[in-house]
Amino acid sequence: MALPVDSAYTDSAGRGDWPKPLKAETCELSFYYGTRLVLKRVSVPIAECNITALIGPSGCGKSTFLRCFNRMHDLYPGTRYEGAIVLYPDSRNILDRGVDPIEVRMRLAMVFQKPNPFPKSVYENVAYGLRVRGIRDRRVIDEKVEQALRSAALWEEVKDRLSALGTSLSGGQQQRLCIARALATDPELLLLDEPTSALDPIATASIEELLQDLKRRVTILIVTHNMQQAARISDWTAFMYLGELVEFGPTKRLFTTPAKKQTEDYITGRFG
Amino acid sequence: MIKRRKFFEAWFKALGLSALALAVGTLVLLFGALLIDGIGRLDWQFLTSFPSRHASQAGILPAVVGSTLVMLVTACVGIPIGVAAAIYLEEYARRTWLTELIEVTVTNLAGVPSIIFGLLALGLFVYMLGLGSSILTAGLTLALLILPVVIVTTREAIRAIPVQIREAAFALGATRWQTVADHVLPYSASGILTGIILALSRAIGETAPIVTVGALTFIAFLPPSPMTDQPPYLSFEWLMSPFTVMPIQMFAWVSRPGEDFAANAAAAGLLLVGMTLAMNGLAIYVRYRMRKRVSW
Ligand SMILES: Nc1ncnc2c1ncn2[C@@H]1O[C@H](COP(=O)(O)OP(=O)(O)OP(=O)(O)O)[C@@H](O)[C@H]1O
Ligand SMILES: [Mg+2]
Repeated sequence: MALPVDSAYTDSAGRGDWPKPLKAETCELSFYYGTRLVLKRVSVPIAECNITALIGPSGCGKSTFLRCFNRMHDLYPGTRYEGAIVLYPDSRNILDRGVDPIEVRMRLAMVFQKPNPFPKSVYENVAYGLRVRGIRDRRVIDEKVEQALRSAALWEEVKDRLSALGTSLSGGQQQRLCIARALATDPELLLLDEPTSALDPIATASIEELLQDLKRRVTILIVTHNMQQAARISDWTAFMYLGELVEFGPTKRLFTTPAKKQTEDYITGRFG
Repeated sequence: MIKRRKFFEAWFKALGLSALALAVGTLVLLFGALLIDGIGRLDWQFLTSFPSRHASQAGILPAVVGSTLVMLVTACVGIPIGVAAAIYLEEYARRTWLTELIEVTVTNLAGVPSIIFGLLALGLFVYMLGLGSSILTAGLTLALLILPVVIVTTREAIRAIPVQIREAAFALGATRWQTVADHVLPYSASGILTGIILALSRAIGETAPIVTVGALTFIAFLPPSPMTDQPPYLSFEWLMSPFTVMPIQMFAWVSRPGEDFAANAAAAGLLLVGMTLAMNGLAIYVRYRMRKRVSW
């Protein structure tokens, strides 16, 4: 499949900034809620084992964009995608008609803005993704649960109360539980929608540290409202405005020498 | 100005209070009268005897058994269908004019007088399907009656689950059915159960539709036992048996002249009220216990 990469790419800094290798890529992705066009031909590359941050003012379509990746919009009637989201290495367009959304969701994982643990035990929360995948072997599940909780830097805090309700943890712990739940199934791509917006600075710092750790194994796409956060943790940044991609580039460059006036205005706090 | 508003406030408070007192007072009075008249009659003999021409030898056994068996049929038919319909409407059905229409109809059905259900059942179960005036017919009739209530309360319980919880399950790759079975149903179980118990407690006191489908008022035998001593040890003959239920037995006694039968009626009423209150209490307990466990 020929990808319209060149035409859509808006970074003026040249090809040298193009990430490689790619884990995923959106090609002229448009999205409609009913008749309302919310994403306008957005093309963004997602580099493998990197953190890509998505920034932009409220309502510009960041969450909508993220939720296209695991076909979350399919749950609601009247939504429509156009264009492609290609997942590598198999170069598959996950928006294709023949692709089952469940198959897509098996490969990706998502962490939501508000921690949303199930009202079940900590253990069951993390194990649920494995159960959905038909894994029944108790030893395998035990092992994966511990591994995921360790990766989410939560193991030490909950190892003595795995049977406590996930909803009884603190906000920061709940969000790390949700990250553990997402990691337990070894996703290829981890989607995070403002994962720290409901947390205090200490919990935020611990999750940022965690993401730095994780990116050695997982590709991460994170939406954030917080530009400092994007600058701190990400390797690549995409700036969106009113449903359009304004600029994409390496985080360092985008924050020091933005190519577009709009980007500059946004990151210097003149609007948004 | 303020004085006038204060006056109005006090006045309204008094009005509200007296309305409340009137309602509660009437209830207490009614229940008290029932208690005084009936408690003396409510003994073991009364619970284990058949009706009789002599008030002092009469008992309520066939009515208690009849009510229990009818409720059994109602629960076995009404609950699965109602819960399944609610799940379908909430989780599977797309919003179309048809589902909207079904929704409005179901809500309105909950307000239809119960005797209309009796008439419908008379035509459908007794004559068309030839089920006769049996326990099965009565159970099915009451199942129809509670269906809208079960559907509405189940839907409300399901709707109380935040969409984020559902999305979390879907994001992990769960199918719709897995989401329903692993999350939606367990988390809404307390609400659903409460609705079911309240619906059944309403059904147990229903008289009109049961009279309409032809329950007996004087019955001196029990339905065939569901257990037999020959394989397969289970018998469903009781389903086709004639029967009576508690409110009808009570009515039969009320309409007889004489103090003695009035006492019987009061005792039956007491038992009925007691059962209803017990079921309501159970509903409150269930809700309280399970609410504590499920929160988000
Ligand atoms: N379910 C929906 N139906 C119709 N329009 C929607 C729906 N959800 C979002 N929108 C609209 O789509 C646009 C993008 O919304 P989106 O939630 O993606 O923004 P966002 O960038 O994530 O904003 P925020 O930073 O506030 O979370 C908004 O204008 C919003 O009003
Ligand atoms: Mg958002």
